Amino acid sequence: MTVTASASASRPPVQRWLAIWALALAAVLVVFLLRDSMAWAVNYPAEAVVPVADWVSALMRWIKSNFSWLTRSITAVLGVPLDFALNLLAKNFKIGHGADAFTLPRLSWVGICAAAFLAGNAAGGRKLGALVGGCFLYIALFGQWTSAMLTLGLISIAVPFCIVTGLFVGIWAWRKPWAERLIVSPALDLMQTIPTFAYLIPMLLLFGNSPVSAMIATAIFATPPMVRATMLGLSRVPSEIDDFSEMAGCTARQKLWKVLLPSARPTLMVGVNQVIMLALNMVIIASMIGAGGLGYDVLLALRALKVGEAMEAGLAIVALAIALDRLSQAIARNHAQGHVYQEVSPSFWRRYPNLTLAIAILAITTLLGLFVPAFAALPKAMTLTTAPLWKAAVNWITLNFFDTIEAFRVALILNVLNPVRAFCEGFPWLGAVFLLGLAGYQLSGLRLAALVAALTAFCAVTGLWEKTMATVYLCGISAFIACLIGIPVGLMAARSDRFEKIVTPIIDTLQVLPSFCFIIPVVMLFRVGDVTAMIATVAFAVVPAIRYTNLGIRQVPPALIEAAKVSGCTPRQTFFRVQLPLALPEIMLGVNQTILMALAMIIICAMVGTRDLGQEVFIALSKADSGRGIVAGLAIAFIGIVADRLFNAWTAKARARLG
Amino acid sequence: MTDKAEQGSKVAGTPKGPIKLACRNVWKLFGSNAAHFIRQRDGKASMAEVAAAGLVGAVRAVDLEIRQGEIFIIMGLSGSGKSTLVRCMSRLVEPTHGKVEFEGKDLLKISDAALIELRRHRMGMVFQNFALLPHLNVLENIAFPLGIQGQDRPTREARAREVIELVGLGGREHFYPRELSGGQQQRVGIARSLATKPEVWFLDEPFSALDPLIRREMQDELMRLQTMLHKTIVFITHDFDEAIRLADRIAIMKDGEVIQIGTPEELVVNPATDYVAEFTRDVHRAKVISARSLMRACDGSEHGGTVAPDARISSFSADIVAAGKPFAVVNGTGKPIGEVTPQAVIDLLAGIERPRAGA
Repeated sequence: MTVTASASASRPPVQRWLAIWALALAAVLVVFLLRDSMAWAVNYPAEAVVPVADWVSALMRWIKSNFSWLTRSITAVLGVPLDFALNLLAKNFKIGHGADAFTLPRLSWVGICAAAFLAGNAAGGRKLGALVGGCFLYIALFGQWTSAMLTLGLISIAVPFCIVTGLFVGIWAWRKPWAERLIVSPALDLMQTIPTFAYLIPMLLLFGNSPVSAMIATAIFATPPMVRATMLGLSRVPSEIDDFSEMAGCTARQKLWKVLLPSARPTLMVGVNQVIMLALNMVIIASMIGAGGLGYDVLLALRALKVGEAMEAGLAIVALAIALDRLSQAIARNHAQGHVYQEVSPSFWRRYPNLTLAIAILAITTLLGLFVPAFAALPKAMTLTTAPLWKAAVNWITLNFFDTIEAFRVALILNVLNPVRAFCEGFPWLGAVFLLGLAGYQLSGLRLAALVAALTAFCAVTGLWEKTMATVYLCGISAFIACLIGIPVGLMAARSDRFEKIVTPIIDTLQVLPSFCFIIPVVMLFRVGDVTAMIATVAFAVVPAIRYTNLGIRQVPPALIEAAKVSGCTPRQTFFRVQLPLALPEIMLGVNQTILMALAMIIICAMVGTRDLGQEVFIALSKADSGRGIVAGLAIAFIGIVADRLFNAWTAKARARLG
Repeated sequence: MTDKAEQGSKVAGTPKGPIKLACRNVWKLFGSNAAHFIRQRDGKASMAEVAAAGLVGAVRAVDLEIRQGEIFIIMGLSGSGKSTLVRCMSRLVEPTHGKVEFEGKDLLKISDAALIELRRHRMGMVFQNFALLPHLNVLENIAFPLGIQGQDRPTREARAREVIELVGLGGREHFYPRELSGGQQQRVGIARSLATKPEVWFLDEPFSALDPLIRREMQDELMRLQTMLHKTIVFITHDFDEAIRLADRIAIMKDGEVIQIGTPEELVVNPATDYVAEFTRDVHRAKVISARSLMRACDGSEHGGTVAPDARISSFSADIVAAGKPFAVVNGTGKPIGEVTPQAVIDLLAGIERPRAGA
C-alpha cells in the first residue's frame, strides 16, 4: 500500500494529467462510436430542449405591452438632440408645414471640410490636418456626403452619451469593489462578447425601426471601453496624489473631480478614442434597424450584389474611420504629453484661433449656401464615381482568373472546410461539456470547470448544438489561419525595425475599419459562402495576433538578452530559448483576442450566407423574433466567454510560472 | 557637581517647547481581525506573537513626542514602517491601536469635518515623487490647496506668488510639472505645502528621488526655510547622512519598531543596539561629536585655546593639531569644565578606538 502511494505521489503532475486526458479522450471516442445506441449523448434530444427562446419572447412581449409609455417617452426625448444633429449635418431644418415651410440649410460641406482640416491642424500639425480634411473631401467628392453625415450625426450624439454613462458607471465600480465584482465586470464581459446583431433585436422590438433605436443600440455597445478606461485610470492614479488630496483637505467630491479624474485624463482619452471607433462600427451595423447612412448604402448594395457601389460606400466608411481615429488619437496624445506653457491672452479669438476660424468658416459657407447652391451641396457634375471601375476590375478578374479562384475555393471547401465541419457537427455535446470542464479544472479549479461546463451545456440544452458547432468550426478555422499568418508576421516585425515600420500602419488601418468593410472585397471575388466568411474573418482577426506577438517579443528585458548573449547563445538559441518562452503569455493573449474577434466577425458574415448561430440571429432579426435572436446571441457570447476564460486561466498560469 | 548636572541635562538633548505631536503606543497591523488581536492583548504583543497570528506589523508600539519647532527625523530602511508611521500621524492611515495626539487632543477621535479643517490649515505634506497635479501649472498647483478651502482666485494666487518667490521659482509660474526638472518639481511641492501656512510639516523622503548634488542643495534650502519659518517638521529619510545634516532628533526604526530616539551625537556616541551602531559606523564622526563628548578632566597641563562644549570636533580639529596642546572646554560663564587633547582628536579623525583616560 505504502509503496504504491509513494510512487503515485512522486509521479510528476504533468504525467498524471496526460493519463487523465488520454482516458477522457478515449471515453469521448467511445461515446462517438456508440452514437447509434447513445444518440442522446451526441445530439441533444429534441424533446428535452428547454424553450428558453419562448420564455424570452414572452418576457419581451410583456415588457413591450406594459412599458410602451417608457419606450415612447425615451424615443421622444432622445429624438430631439438626434434630429437636431441629423438636420444640422445631413438634412435641412424645416420650420413650419406645407407650402409656407421655411428651410434652414444644413452646414455646408465646404465649411465642414475646412473645420476638419483646422481640427487636425490644431491636434497634430499640418500633416494630420491634411489627412483629416482630405478624408472629408474624399467623402464629398465621391458623392457619399449625405450618408456620411447621417452616420456622423448619429455618432456625435451617441458618443457623448457613452462617455458620460461610462464615466459614472466606472466611478461607481471603482468606489464599490463589490459592485465591480458582482455587477459591472460580468456585465461588461457579456456586453463585449454578445454579437452586435443581437443588440439590435430588443432595440428593434422596443423602439421600432428608427434612428433612435440605432442610437440606443450604439450607445449600449460602445459604452464598455469607457467604463473600463475610467476604472483603470482611477486605479492608476499614484497613491501619493491620493494622499496629497487628503492632506490638502479635499472633501470626497473635490478629491474625485478636482484631483483624481483630471490626473487620470490620459487613460480616459484612450477610452474616448475606443468609444468613437466602436460607435462608428456599430452605427454601420445598426443601419439594419433604421440608422441609415453609409452602412445602409453598403447593405443595399450588397443585397443587390452591386459590388462597385458597396465598395464605394465601404471606402467612405474607411475614410470616416481613419479621420475620426487619427483625430481622437492625436487629441489623446496631446493630453498624455501634458501642456506646454503659452502666454495667456485675454481675447477668445487669440486663445482659440482654430476654433474661432472654424466657426467663422462654417457660418460663412453655410450662409453662402443659401445663394450659391454649390456650397450647400456638391454639384453632381463635380462628384466622381469609381463604381464602374471596381465593377470592371471584378469582371476582369472573374474573366481571367475564374478557374484559378474557383479551383482554390472548391479545394478549400472539399479538403479543409467540409471535413472539419463534419467533425465538429458530429462531436457529442456531452463529450464537449466534459472535456471543456476538465480543461477548466486543470487550468484553474472547480469554479472555472463548473462555469465552462454550464455555458457549454446551455448551447446544447436550448437546442442550438449543431449551429453552435457550425460556428465553432468556422471561427476555429479562421482563428487558426489568422494565427498561422499573424504570429510569424509578428515575429518578423519584432526582429526587424524596418519590417515593423511597414507593418504598423497596415495593422493600425485594419484595426479601425468597421467589420462590414472586410466583407465587400472578398465577396466580389469569392461570392457568398463559407470561404468568403473565412477569408474576411482572417483579415479582420489577424491584427491582434501580429500586434501581441510583436509586443511580447519586444517586451523581453534587454538585460536577459544580453545575459543570453554573454553566455554564448547563438541568435537562434537566444530567440528560441529566451525570447519566445518569455513572450509566450503575451502571444497567447493575442491568440485569445484573435479568437474573440474572429467570433464577432463570423457572426456578421451571416450576411454572406453562413449556416451558423449568426444566421440564426440574422433570421431572427428579419422576423423580429426576439427570443430566438437573444438565445442565439447568448450562445455566441458563451462560446466567446468559454474560450476567453480558458485562455486567460492558461495565460495566468504561465505568467505565474515565469514570475 | 553643578557642572555634571548641567552636562547631564544637555547631553540628553531634550529640546524645549511644548509637545506638538505625540504617538502613544501606536500600532498598525495588517491582516484579518488585527484590531481585535491587539485589543485583546491590551496593546502589548511581541513580534513572534504578531507573526503567529498571521498578521503583518507595519508599525509596532511606537511612542514618541515631537516638540514645537524641532526637526524630527524618522529614519529607517525601506520596509521599516517609517512611511506608515508618518501616515498614521496624519491619519492618512488609520492606526490599529493607540493614540495620536495633536496638541494633546486625540487625532483619532475627531470628526471627519474637523480632520479636514485640521489638514487644510495646520498640516502640510511633501511627497517623495512630488505628487504634483499634471493638469495644472505651477501657479495653479500651488494655489490648489487654497482653492479647495474656497479662497477666491486673486487671494490664492497672490499667496501662491509669495511662496513661489520664497522657494525661488519666480518666472516659472506658468510652466507645467512635466516641463520642470526634479529639483524644481520638488520646490513646487514644498511651496504648495507651505501655501496654507501649516504648523506641522510632514516631509516624506522629499529628496530621495533627486540626484545627490540637487539633494544637497535642497537640504540647504530646507535649512534656510526653517530658520525663517520655524515649523514643526517630521522628516522621513533612509539616508543617515541626510538625517545627521538636518535633524534636531532622530528616531531609528526597524521592523516597525522605534529602536532609539536621540540627537545625532547620542546615536553615534551611545548606540542602543548593534543595528544603530552599524548605521552610524561610517558617519564622519568629527562632524557629529562635540567637544563635550571628547573632553576629559583637566590634568593641569597648559591649554592652547578654548572651545564651547557644543562645538563639533571638526570645527577646531585643524587648530588643535597645529597648536599641539590641549584646548580647554569652557561653559557660558568662561569656566573650564574639561579639556580636549590633540591626541584624542587625532584618534577620532583616524578612527582609532582607545580606552579614554577619563572613562
